Amino acid sequence: MNTRILGLAAFAACLAVPAMAAVALSDAAGSYMISPSGSSIRFTIGKAGGGGFDGAFGRFKGTIRIDSGDVGRSKVDLTIYPESVGTGQGRIDAFLRSDAVFDAANNPEIQFRSTNVTRTGDTTAVVTGRLTARGKTFPEKFTAELGGLTGRTIKFHVTGKVLRSRYGMDVGTPLYSNVVDFDMTLTGRRG
Amino acid sequence: MQPITNTPTRYGWAMIFLHWLIGIIFIGQFALGVVMMRTTSQRTSFELIQLHKSFGFLLLGLIILRIAWRLGNATPALPPSVGTLERRTAPLAHFALYAFQIALPLSGWALVSVSTLEIPTMPFNLFVMPDLPLTESDSAEGFWISAHWYLAYAGIALVALHMAAALRHHFLLRDTVLTRMITPSSGRE
Repeated sequence: MNTRILGLAAFAACLAVPAMAAVALSDAAGSYMISPSGSSIRFTIGKAGGGGFDGAFGRFKGTIRIDSGDVGRSKVDLTIYPESVGTGQGRIDAFLRSDAVFDAANNPEIQFRSTNVTRTGDTTAVVTGRLTARGKTFPEKFTAELGGLTGRTIKFHVTGKVLRSRYGMDVGTPLYSNVVDFDMTLTGRRG
Repeated sequence: MQPITNTPTRYGWAMIFLHWLIGIIFIGQFALGVVMMRTTSQRTSFELIQLHKSFGFLLLGLIILRIAWRLGNATPALPPSVGTLERRTAPLAHFALYAFQIALPLSGWALVSVSTLEIPTMPFNLFVMPDLPLTESDSAEGFWISAHWYLAYAGIALVALHMAAALRHHFLLRDTVLTRMITPSSGRE
């Protein structure tokens, strides 16, 4: 067969498959450590009467493992240290760390362990898993979108909603919404 | 006919009801205010503060109703046995009591309005009460916390004086000043 025709066929095949999808699996497969630089875990809670308050967790760690053959076998583990919560208002931070909300002294870690990853698009997936906070564990679901991939780093934009009442953190409802909107940027570096 | 309204000789049921309802809530608010500031549990403290705000707005609504009712009604005269000094000072004390009833909820409302915590106010979780149009800052919050605190202690001292005067009338002077605020019938002379 003519090499020129073969080359054209390969080029056409590449066009038919979106570029990200073509690179995502084979190139992205591997284990990553979530790096604090380039990562952020932010949240927003709506307030009665409009607006909301924003916060972020300064300290967290975790791993992302992307399976080379089957995205569904990929794993995400994330540990957040609630002591590191910051809202820009010291009195609110102290309140959040206290036993009114996180009880960070007795529950120093919030953990997420993925149980399933389902690909929903070329660069998107739904990650389900078990979230543990204040000794209570419930299934939660987050949407992850691939935001960038270089040789050694991978970046995801992760969003999801968590009902805080289930984790014994319902203080302040209905002044403050029961729904916590998470908006995370997780940058993983190959270990 | 039920004596709802006041006459020159006695209080009607409406005024009697408002007097005791506001009195109980006012004293209860003072106690709640002290407890909520001393509670060590942040969660309990937060919830008690929201309850204190709810009752504060209820109090503000009731006192507006009460002032309207008082202005639109006769005020019973003091019994003839009351002396000149008390005849002159009692109206001042009562005016001051009304002033505290207005100033306390308003200063509390100002306090939450200027607070940099920006905690919304929902009386009894029923509706969102807007903030007063004041500029929020830590210094303004500190000022209104102090104002609210001093007004509360001065107000409760005046309430104590008011109660002592009522008891003096009842047990020492044995007149109808206290009983006419309990039932309209005792005001008839």
